[in-house]
Amino acid sequence: MHIELQNIHKSFGTVHANAGISLEIREGTIQGLLGENGAGKTTLAKILSGYQRMDSGNILIDHKPVSFGSPAEAIRAGIGMLHQDALDIPALDVLDNFMLGSDTSLFLSPRQAKLKLLDLCQRFGFALDPNTSVNKLTVGERQQLEIVRLLALGVRVMILDEPTTGISSPQKVLLFRTLHRLASEGISIIFVSHKLDEIEQLCSEVTVLRQGTVAGSVQSPFSTSELVMLMFGQQFSVSPRPGITLGEPLLELDDAAVSSYRLNVAHMNLSVRAGEVIGLAGLEGSGQQMLMRACAGITPLAHGKISIHNHDLTNRPYQEFLQLGVSFVPAARLEEGLLPGMTLKEHFALLNGSEFVINWRQAEEIAQRQISEYNVVGTPDTLVQSLSGGNQQRALLAMLRPELRLLILEHPTRGLDIGSSRWIWEHLLKRREQGTAILFTSTDLDELVEYSDRIVVFSSGIMSAPVDARQVSSESLGYMIGGKST
Amino acid sequence: MAESLVVQTLASVVAASSPLVFAGIGETISEKVGVTNLSLDGSIMLAAMTGFALASLSGSVWVGIVGAMVVGALIALIIAVSNISLRQDQVAVGFVLTLLCADLSSFIGKPFVRIPGPSMAHMPIPGLVQIPILGPIFFNHDMLVYLSYVAIALTSILFKHTQPGLKLRAVGERPEAAFARGINVNRCRYLYTMLGGALVGLAGATYSLSVKLGWSYRHTAGFGWIALAIVIFGGWNPLRVAFGAYLFGALGSLASILQPSFPNVPTQVFQAAPFALMILTLLLVNAEFIERLPLYMPKFGNALQRILQGKPPAGLGKRFESD
Amino acid sequence: MKLRERLSACALSAAPFVLTFVFCSLILLLAGANPFAAFSQIISGAFENYRKIADVIVAMVPLLLCASGMLITFAAGLWNIGVEGQMIAGAIATTAVVRLLPLPAGWMLPLTVLAGMLGGAVWGLLAGLMRTYGKVNEIFGGLGLNYIATALTNYLIFGPWKPADGATMSGTDPFPANAWMPVIGDTRASLPPIIMAVLAVLCVYLLLRNTRWGLRLKAIGMNRLAAERMGINTKANMLLAFAACGALAGLAGSLQATAVYYRLIPSISGGYGYLAQLIVLLSLLRAEWVPFIVFFFAVIHVGSPRLELRLQLDSSLGGILQGTIVLFFLLMRGIREVVKRRQERING
Repeated sequence: MHIELQNIHKSFGTVHANAGISLEIREGTIQGLLGENGAGKTTLAKILSGYQRMDSGNILIDHKPVSFGSPAEAIRAGIGMLHQDALDIPALDVLDNFMLGSDTSLFLSPRQAKLKLLDLCQRFGFALDPNTSVNKLTVGERQQLEIVRLLALGVRVMILDEPTTGISSPQKVLLFRTLHRLASEGISIIFVSHKLDEIEQLCSEVTVLRQGTVAGSVQSPFSTSELVMLMFGQQFSVSPRPGITLGEPLLELDDAAVSSYRLNVAHMNLSVRAGEVIGLAGLEGSGQQMLMRACAGITPLAHGKISIHNHDLTNRPYQEFLQLGVSFVPAARLEEGLLPGMTLKEHFALLNGSEFVINWRQAEEIAQRQISEYNVVGTPDTLVQSLSGGNQQRALLAMLRPELRLLILEHPTRGLDIGSSRWIWEHLLKRREQGTAILFTSTDLDELVEYSDRIVVFSSGIMSAPVDARQVSSESLGYMIGGKST
Repeated sequence: MAESLVVQTLASVVAASSPLVFAGIGETISEKVGVTNLSLDGSIMLAAMTGFALASLSGSVWVGIVGAMVVGALIALIIAVSNISLRQDQVAVGFVLTLLCADLSSFIGKPFVRIPGPSMAHMPIPGLVQIPILGPIFFNHDMLVYLSYVAIALTSILFKHTQPGLKLRAVGERPEAAFARGINVNRCRYLYTMLGGALVGLAGATYSLSVKLGWSYRHTAGFGWIALAIVIFGGWNPLRVAFGAYLFGALGSLASILQPSFPNVPTQVFQAAPFALMILTLLLVNAEFIERLPLYMPKFGNALQRILQGKPPAGLGKRFESD
Repeated sequence: MKLRERLSACALSAAPFVLTFVFCSLILLLAGANPFAAFSQIISGAFENYRKIADVIVAMVPLLLCASGMLITFAAGLWNIGVEGQMIAGAIATTAVVRLLPLPAGWMLPLTVLAGMLGGAVWGLLAGLMRTYGKVNEIFGGLGLNYIATALTNYLIFGPWKPADGATMSGTDPFPANAWMPVIGDTRASLPPIIMAVLAVLCVYLLLRNTRWGLRLKAIGMNRLAAERMGINTKANMLLAFAACGALAGLAGSLQATAVYYRLIPSISGGYGYLAQLIVLLSLLRAEWVPFIVFFFAVIHVGSPRLELRLQLDSSLGGILQGTIVLFFLLMRGIREVVKRRQERING
C-alpha cells in the first residue's frame, strides 16, 4: 500500500503540533519518523491511524483520498498502530484481547481464534500463552500480542510508536527481525523513534520532524551528524563531567529485601556517598522502583537494614525519612506528586510553615520567588494540572526543601523536551555539588550513562553490583538489562 | 418431617432472594461496563411501587412488571446521561436519585398503600418439581423466580462466551483500548447501564408482586444497599453475585426462624443483622491478608484469593471521550 | 453578543428551579391535585405566623450543623453518608447522660452537649476506621452504621429505657426539666442551639479557608497519594475529619433531644442527615452558600406537612422538591460545561 500525507495540520489549544507535514511511504519499506519529544511524531501517527482528527490536510491511500473518524476505520482501510504504552486490556487474557473486535458473530469461537493466534506467533517466533492474563506479560510480549492482533485484522501498514522503550535486548532483536520480515512481505512500516541508532539500524528512509514541521528526509545510509543537525537544528557536545569530591557514605543498604505479591527483590547491598549520582537501569518492573520506594521510606523492608546518615531507618515511618532529608519525586507527576485542583500557591502553603492559621501573603511570596527561580511558566494562582509536563517537573523541584541529603527521582525527564531535560539536569547537578546524593531511574540509556557516577542494573528482581558509569556504553548496558553480561 | 421443613425453608430462601439476585445482576452489568448505579435503594422502591400500582390498575401482573423495568431503565438513563454525557459525579447523582425516588414512591404510591392487589401465580414446573429435594426447592415457585435463574445464566454466558460480553468487559476495563478496537464506548455504556437498570426495576416488581406482596410506605428500604454490597462481595462475577444474594437471603430467613427461639434477644438486633453482616463481609473481602494469601500459602493461596477477592473493573467511573 | 451570553447564563441558572416547578406540577397533576394550591400551602405553612417562622429556624439548626460537618469530610474527599447515624449516636449519648447522671441544673445542659458531640464523634470514627484501616468504602460503612444506630435506639426505647406507661411509639419518658433547653417566648425555638449552629458554620468556613488543617484536608481530598508523599498523615487526618463531622452531627442529634423532643424518639435524626447531603451538594462545597440553601430547604421541610392536613397529599412532596432541585442543578451544571467546551472548540 502506498500512503501519502499532504500538508497535515493539527493544533491543541495554542500548540501547533503538526504544522503542514507532507510525507510519502512506499509499499514494503521501513520508514523512520525521527524527532525529539514534542516534535509532533506521535500526533502525526495518531492522525494516520484514526485516533485523532486532523484540522486540515489530505491522506491518500494508493492515490485515493481517505479520511478516518476512528481507529476502527483506519484498521479497515489497512492501517494499524502500536502505541508506546500498548493499548490492550490488562485484565483480560491474551486470547480475549486477540479476539476482541475481530469478530462480529454473537458467540465467541475461542478454538479457531487460538489456532490463528498460535499460528501467527509461530511464524514470528513469539512465545505467547493464549490463556495468561495480559497484566502478567512483559512490555515486549504485550507488543508482540498487538503485532499479531493487527496482522490478523489484515493490516497492511503498521505504525510503531517508540517500540523499543521498556523492552529487553533479545526482544528488540526479535522485533527488528519481525519488522524486516513484514517489510519483505509487502507491509509498510512506520517506525517512530527519537533514538538515532535504532533508526540507522532499521530504516531505509527517515523523515525528521522538528517543531511540527518536516526538517528533512534522508535515504539510507545515514550520517549521524546530519540527523542530529536535522533533529535539533544544532550540534550538541557532551559536556565534560565536572570533578566532584564525594563525601561521607550517606545511604547504606545491607542485604535488604523488598517483596510484593508480584516480585521479590532480595540481597540488595549498596553504599551511596554524599554527592554521588546512582543510576538505576532495568526494564520497567524489574525491581528498581521497589528499591527507590524502600529508600524513600514508602515501602518497608522485608529483610535487611537501611540506614541514612548513620541513622538506622529500617522499617521506620515515612515521616522520619522526610525529617532526615530524603525526598522522592515520582514519575506520575499528577497522580503521585502534585495535587490537581490546587494552585501553586496552595502547594507552597502546604509545604512551608507549621502554624495553624495560614499566612497567605507569605505563601504568595514564597510561591512567587520559587516560580521565578525555577522558571516555571505560571503564576501563584495557576492550577498545577494546567502546567505543561516540563513545568510540572520544575514546580516539583521548586517544592523540594533547600537542604536534602538524598534525592530519589523516578524518570526525572520522561516526556520532557530536550531543553527542559537539560535544565532539570543542570539543576540536579547543582544539588549534588552541594552534597545531595541522587538516585534515579530512566529508560533512556544515554541519560543513565551520561549523568550517573555508578549504575546498578536490575533484571527480574536481581540487582547487579554497581558498575562505574565511565566504563559502560549504552550498548553494553542494554545487554545487561536484558539479562546478558558482556 | 424434619427434612420437609428444611426443604420448605430452602425453597422460601430461594424465593425471597430472587429480588436481590435481579438487583445484584443488574448492578453487576452496569458496573462491569464502567457505570456505578448508586440509586438502587430508591430505584427498587419506585419500581416496586410502580409495578404494584400498574398491576392493580390494569389487573395484569405483566403490565406491572414491564412498567417497573421501564422505571428502572429510565433512572439508569438519568445516571448514564449525567455521567457519560454531562460529566457529573455518578455518586452524587446516584445518591440524589436514591432519595428522590424514595420520596416519589411515597407520594405517588399513597393510594396503593396496603390495598389488596394482584400477585404472581404460583406455577410449579411439571416434571422438574418431581425431582426429589431439588424440585421443591427450585421449581415450585412463580415465573419471576424462574426468570431470576435465567438472568443468572444468561448474564454469565454473556460475559464469558459472547462477543458483546467481551466488548462490555473491555469497555469497563479500558475504554480507550475498546475504542481502538472499533467499539462505540459510550453507546455500549448507555445500553448496558439501562439494561442493568431494567433488571433493578425487575427486582422491585419481584418484591411487590412475588415476595413482599403489595405496597406500603418505604416497602423495600435497605435492600438496594445490600444489593450494592453483594456486587462487591461477589467480585463482579454474576455467579458469585447470585451466590451472595442467596447467602444474604438465607441468613435473613435464618434470623426470622431463630428469632422465636431467642426471646431474650430483642427484635431490633435481628433488624440490624443484615447491615452488620454487610459491613463484615465488606471488611472480609477487602482485608489486607487476602492480598498476601499466595505468600502465606503457596499451594492454595492463589485459588483462595480468587474465591474471596474480585477486582473492580479498572475503568469503573472513568469517563471516556474520543479525540 | 455580551448581553445574549449573560442572558443565557441567567436562563441556565434559573433552569433548575423552573424545571423543578414543572416536574413537581406534573407529579401533582398526576396525583389529582392543584399545583398552585400545593405550593402556596407549603409557603403559608412555613410563614403563616411567627411561631411557624420559629419552626423554620428550629429545622435550620440540625441542617446547619450536619451540613457544616459534612463540608469537612467532603473537603477530604469523603462521602460521609453516616451523618444520620452520628446524629442518633449523639442523641443516645445525651439521653444516657440525662438518665444516668444525677447532675445539678447548671451542669446538665453543657454536659449533654459534650456527650452528644462525643457520641457522634465515636460513631463517625467507626466509619472512619472502617474506611482507613478496613478499606470499606465510607458509603457502605456509614450506611450500615445508620441502620445499626436506628436499631440501637429502638432496642433502648423498647428495652432498658422503656417509658413507664409502655407507649413505646412516642419514645422514652420526657427528660427532667433541667435537661430542657430554654425556649424563646411561646415558640419552639431555643437560643443556645441557634448560636451553636451559627458558630459551627462560621468555624468551618474559616477552617477550610485559612487553616493548615483545612488545606491538608483539601489536599487529601484532591489527591490522597500525593498528599501522603508530601508527608501528610492522611489516615490520621481522615479520621480527624470523620470525628469532627461526627461531633457536629452528634451535637445536632443531642439538640434534637434536649431542645425539640425533650426525649429520645425512634427516628430522632428525622432524615436531616440525608437532607444535609443534598444541601452540601447544592452548595458546591462552599460554606458561605450553605445558610441560604439551608433556609430554603427548611422552609420546604416545615411547610410540606401542611399538604397532608389540607390537601390529603403525602408530605413527601417536600422531599421530591428538594431532590429534584439538586438533580436538575447537577444536570444543568453538566449542560453548561458541555456548552462551554463546545464553544471553546469552535473558537479556538
